[in-house]
Amino acid sequence: MNINLTLIGQTIAFAIFVWFCVKYVWPPITEAMSARQKKIADGLSAADRASLDLELAQEKAAQEMRTAKEEAAALIEQANKRASQIVEDSKGEARQEGKKLIDQAHAEIEQERVKARDDLRAEVAALAVAGAEKILEKSVDANAHSEMLDKLAAEL
Amino acid sequence: MAADTPVEYIRHHLTNLTYGKLPEGYERADGSVVEETTWTMARTAQEAADMGFMAVHVDTMGWSIAMGVLFLGLFRFAAKHATTGQPGGLQNMVEMTVEFVQGIVRDVFHGKNPIIAPLALTMFVWILLMNTLKLIPVDYIPTVAHAMGLEYFKIVPTTDPNGTFGISIGVFLLILFYSFKVKGPGGFLKELSFTPFNHWSLIPFNLVLEILALIIKPVSLALRLFGNMYAGEVVFILIALLPLWIQWTLGVPWAIFHILVIVLQAFIFTTLAVVYLSAAHEDH
Repeated sequence: MNINLTLIGQTIAFAIFVWFCVKYVWPPITEAMSARQKKIADGLSAADRASLDLELAQEKAAQEMRTAKEEAAALIEQANKRASQIVEDSKGEARQEGKKLIDQAHAEIEQERVKARDDLRAEVAALAVAGAEKILEKSVDANAHSEMLDKLAAEL
Repeated sequence: MAADTPVEYIRHHLTNLTYGKLPEGYERADGSVVEETTWTMARTAQEAADMGFMAVHVDTMGWSIAMGVLFLGLFRFAAKHATTGQPGGLQNMVEMTVEFVQGIVRDVFHGKNPIIAPLALTMFVWILLMNTLKLIPVDYIPTVAHAMGLEYFKIVPTTDPNGTFGISIGVFLLILFYSFKVKGPGGFLKELSFTPFNHWSLIPFNLVLEILALIIKPVSLALRLFGNMYAGEVVFILIALLPLWIQWTLGVPWAIFHILVIVLQAFIFTTLAVVYLSAAHEDH
């Protein structure tokens, strides 16, 4: 319990310990702690941001989905319209073609008929001339009577 | 051991291992006379006392430095390997201590000084480690020391008034330093002269009161810590005097109680030192 030099020794030891602590122990520890604090804060804010991003992405995805559905519906409608139009068009074309064919056939028939009538007429004229020859027993000058014969043929 | 009677046993346990100067012509305990002034190990409590101021308590110095080195080594190791990621066990413990001390300083200290927090950490952990030495049963280390030829060995530096006063003098010097630095010599003198009674006629009264209050600060710091630790030590020694089979009935509760006292005294010392330093930083 004597007071002696230990007192001063203890004070010096204390001073050295405090100096060492101030210089080499305290700064790295507190730096590591504040760095970790910052890291955690960053992590938390990143998580917040991420959840916000997720929400936005989900919303966007839903929107895209909706647009895609609408587009698909529009496409289908368009396709249906186009298909029916194509059907209509081809129907019309077919009708026209058919009509054209029929007209053509009609014209051909008419032509045939006219030709047949002409042939018949000529034949009838020839027959008539032959008949008349037979009747008159003398040849008829086809040239002299051609006018009469043509008139006859036209009458047929 | 030199413990024939309880009184001698107690006195033996409360004497430090002293290395000091014996004057010329001093008659030692064994009857021999010192021929010339020598530095030597004291063999009795009387010799230790007669050495006066020129002596060193080897046990107090050794154990307190050992504890300080243990503290700094441990914390330096943790600081070097400190990671900003997931901390390990040691780093966790170190950071908890650091945060605890930071909390004390934040609550109590109102100035701006980067030295205060590490200073408080050093005081807290160092005193805590020195106090903790008290939980080692009172006879273990002295018996080992005795076997090595050392007559006295007191391992708890805080049961030596030199140990506690040494720290509180350090704190006192810092109080003076920061008082002068922050308030300036004039400001400091003015504070001493005009508080608590702000009137010129009461300056002498104020001065006496304030200087006393200033000096009381380190004295109360040191005596509080020393008194608590010393009293606890004495009780441990008294318990050790009981018959072996009954010692645990008192020793165990007292040791458990002292786990609290050890931490509490380190905490009180640190907090009050920071309070005093905070007052030194206040400029009126």
